[in-house]
Amino acid sequence: MQYHSPNSFEDAAALALAATGTTRFLAGGTDVLVQLRADIITPDTVIDIKNIPGTQNITCNADGSWTLGVATPGAEMREHAGLGQDWPGLVEAMDLIGSTQVQGRATLVGNLCNGSPAADSVPAMATAGVELSITNAQGTRRVPVMDIPAGPGRTHLTQGDVISAVHIPARGERGGDAYLRFIPRTEMDIAVVGCAVNLRLDTAGVITEASVSLGAVAPTVLVLDDAADTLIGSTLDDASLDRLAEAASAACNPISDKRGTIEFRTHVAGVLAKRAAKIAYARAQGVTK
Amino acid sequence: MKTIHVTTTVNGDTVEYLCDPRETMLDVLRDRLNLTGAKEGCGTGDCGACSVTVDDRLVCSCLMLGVEAEGKTITTVEGIADGENLHPLQKKFIEYAALQCGICTPGILVAAKSLLEKNPDPTESEVRYWLAGNLCRCTGYDKIIRAVMDTAADMREAS
Repeated sequence: MQYHSPNSFEDAAALALAATGTTRFLAGGTDVLVQLRADIITPDTVIDIKNIPGTQNITCNADGSWTLGVATPGAEMREHAGLGQDWPGLVEAMDLIGSTQVQGRATLVGNLCNGSPAADSVPAMATAGVELSITNAQGTRRVPVMDIPAGPGRTHLTQGDVISAVHIPARGERGGDAYLRFIPRTEMDIAVVGCAVNLRLDTAGVITEASVSLGAVAPTVLVLDDAADTLIGSTLDDASLDRLAEAASAACNPISDKRGTIEFRTHVAGVLAKRAAKIAYARAQGVTK
Repeated sequence: MKTIHVTTTVNGDTVEYLCDPRETMLDVLRDRLNLTGAKEGCGTGDCGACSVTVDDRLVCSCLMLGVEAEGKTITTVEGIADGENLHPLQKKFIEYAALQCGICTPGILVAAKSLLEKNPDPTESEVRYWLAGNLCRCTGYDKIIRAVMDTAADMREAS
């Protein structure tokens, strides 16, 4: 196994492009090292990107948007004073992943690139409108987060692509987000269903923008335009919440496994969508953080 | 296999070693540096027996490569006591008999110390959540939690 720790994303992309066999980028390593130990993957090349300047920085830009280094661990996100004020749902989704020890290393980009349909941070990133910079030999381009997942354990990234930054939009006025998941125990488990909601209200409390996303109910995380449409123009009255739950359940295409049946996951998706929408709405009103 | 030269700081001492890039930090600590306090329970980040701090951040040393330690500052359970003087947490764990077989204890001590440095006055819930990644299969958690809470109270009084 070759180990590289380049000082720039251009070098990291060039190393990945030139590598033969299996290549893994290493940031937090909380998935890569588990796979390595279990002999699920035996990388020929590991490219540690943490020596690239800025990969562990959280930056609030002049326009209120945020730029996160790709190796920023969950613990840094949670301890940051401003990020959780703007995007509590996104920070909470990341914070649900693993123990204190795992939080010390695990990253948003790792959660995304591991390709799990149940990744907690991915629905929250999708509803927040997160974009990623991808650097390769042709340069750096920016794509929405949902351009990455391809299926369980697979992404649309190709050899020589490396994700080089995480861009979170400005929160703006009267916005709120939330992420909830169902697990059979109280902590540290894989989502049976996950649901993120992001809303914006006008001054009268009418929803003007909405985004709804589900995890663990299909081969990839889903973004539900139909479900979002049920919310726009409403003040989150009971009728619109019922339509939201119906749309969320209708979008599910889950599997049955030891953690939940198809019927259970389909039902819970609707329940979580309602609850997450209520939290996001209260946050958008400034009632709760 | 090409080995890589690493210079790092462990428990305040500068150390150098050569390691295979596949070796975990836990392997390096135990097999190359003879620091066997960190234990391998699961090797997959589930049990916390290998907990150490890297630049003051609590991590599982089994989920980190030895080569990643270059230029870092690592603290293991061996670095908790001040010479012959046990850390207050260590004394309190003995007083409360907060251990039986002891495999999980080094990881719990490192994790608990890390918590008290960030939060000198944690609630019981905060202690339980913080230590949720440290599994104990014999004592159960109650005595461990009480020992940590009592240490926190003593340390607040002393400071």
